[in-house]
Amino acid sequence: MELKTPLYDVHVQENGKIVPFAGYLLPVQYPTGVIKEHLAVRNDCGLFDVSHMGVITFKGASALESLNYIMTNDFTSMEVCRVRYTVMCNENGGCIDDLIVYKFASDYYFLVVNAANREKDYRHMKDNILAGTVIEDISDSVAILALQGPKAIEVLLKLLPIESIPQKNYSAQEEVYIADMKCMISYTGYTGEQGYEIYTASENAPKLWQLLRQTGADFNLIPCGLGARDTLRLEASMPLYGHEMNEEITPLEAGLSFAVKMKKEDFIGKKALVEKGEPQIRRVGLSMLDRGIMRENQEIYLDGQLIGHTTSGTHLPYLQKALAMALVDKEHSEPGTLVEVDVRGRKLKAEIIGLPFYSRNK
Amino acid sequence: MFNYPKKLMYTETHEWVKKEGDIYVVGISDYAQDALGDIVFVNLPEVDDEVFVQEPFGDVESVKAVSDLYSPVSGVICAVNEDLLDNPALLNEDPYRNWLIKVEDVSDTEEFLDAESYQQFCESQG
Repeated sequence: MELKTPLYDVHVQENGKIVPFAGYLLPVQYPTGVIKEHLAVRNDCGLFDVSHMGVITFKGASALESLNYIMTNDFTSMEVCRVRYTVMCNENGGCIDDLIVYKFASDYYFLVVNAANREKDYRHMKDNILAGTVIEDISDSVAILALQGPKAIEVLLKLLPIESIPQKNYSAQEEVYIADMKCMISYTGYTGEQGYEIYTASENAPKLWQLLRQTGADFNLIPCGLGARDTLRLEASMPLYGHEMNEEITPLEAGLSFAVKMKKEDFIGKKALVEKGEPQIRRVGLSMLDRGIMRENQEIYLDGQLIGHTTSGTHLPYLQKALAMALVDKEHSEPGTLVEVDVRGRKLKAEIIGLPFYSRNK
Repeated sequence: MFNYPKKLMYTETHEWVKKEGDIYVVGISDYAQDALGDIVFVNLPEVDDEVFVQEPFGDVESVKAVSDLYSPVSGVICAVNEDLLDNPALLNEDPYRNWLIKVEDVSDTEEFLDAESYQQFCESQG
């Protein structure tokens, strides 16, 4: 049976098109449709329910050591109220999940994991934490709203004093109050746009949603579903677990070496990553040259030879192009390489291009 | 909540059919365009191509999904709506005015549903 987030009734009232996703019933889109929702986030702002994401806390004197052992990134120099992206590997160097880690004290970290991986992650963490670390899955008591887009800051400024809003990318404010509701806010997101994720107790979620909707009305805010969440992250070329990475793909192959600190003394998967050496596949972008749309898991050929497969693809609403991310053999990964993609039996021409497709700083 | 014009015939694969003399005009239903969401690509055959009843003749893609188009008749294509190639969103705007193909020399048709039966069918799909 699918679970409901604390905002399920709100999505139904908003006429969201509800679908099962990662064990939850969530809106894939609202009546505005994926394209308008996508463009709202690029141009103004959009509001997402991401309460399905899992939240696991690490507490105790050895919490930092446990994280440094279980995760690929290094949290040693991290300051309080900062956020860091990481991968969690298995012994073979494959990705168990990718996640973000918040630090709120030297003995208190707050991890946000993919909904579909929550139970597997928790088991893996439980099996590998060091003595002196206590972990807890608090997902069901936390609602998460993502307010994303260039006008997100203006919406928040109507509700909070500026000093309560995190100013730096990947920073957080642990305790702020929006209309007496206790919230944690971070400058984070999965859209490639400036934006915030707001965490609050589940029972506050409908009221917080309505408040953001009303306040956002002056800034063209609209609710956005899973469809736009996926197209936005793909346009910003952010990896999605189960697509660009999985238990068989290493974070180095997936192009996530920035989050893998090989100089760390030890972490789960390090030995395998060292043994595998330089990755032989690369994550690249593909731009369609013929008429057609690439989707995930389509084969890529160069001179009739299979060189890789697509991992995510669609027609991207802001760039207005059919683009895909792909994993291809390293020797054929150079931008400008012309390839053929098997799009449901049709071999269509595409060009390998660099990532990201879209960056707000460009 | 969806529009089911009485004068059209329908299929369970969500195409609509209108007979104009000996020519069959084919499109997709309002229910279909809504289920697909924002349509961004339409792949259609060419004039003089043959189509066969209940076999795919093209596809229509939204941001999220791709769906085959099934021919409700067997025959020869005599016209293709080229406007859709440049502006697939027309199918979302008005799926009944924006037809996909016209078929002549029709040798076979499937058993069509009338508007009322098709509406019942769609409502039973939940």
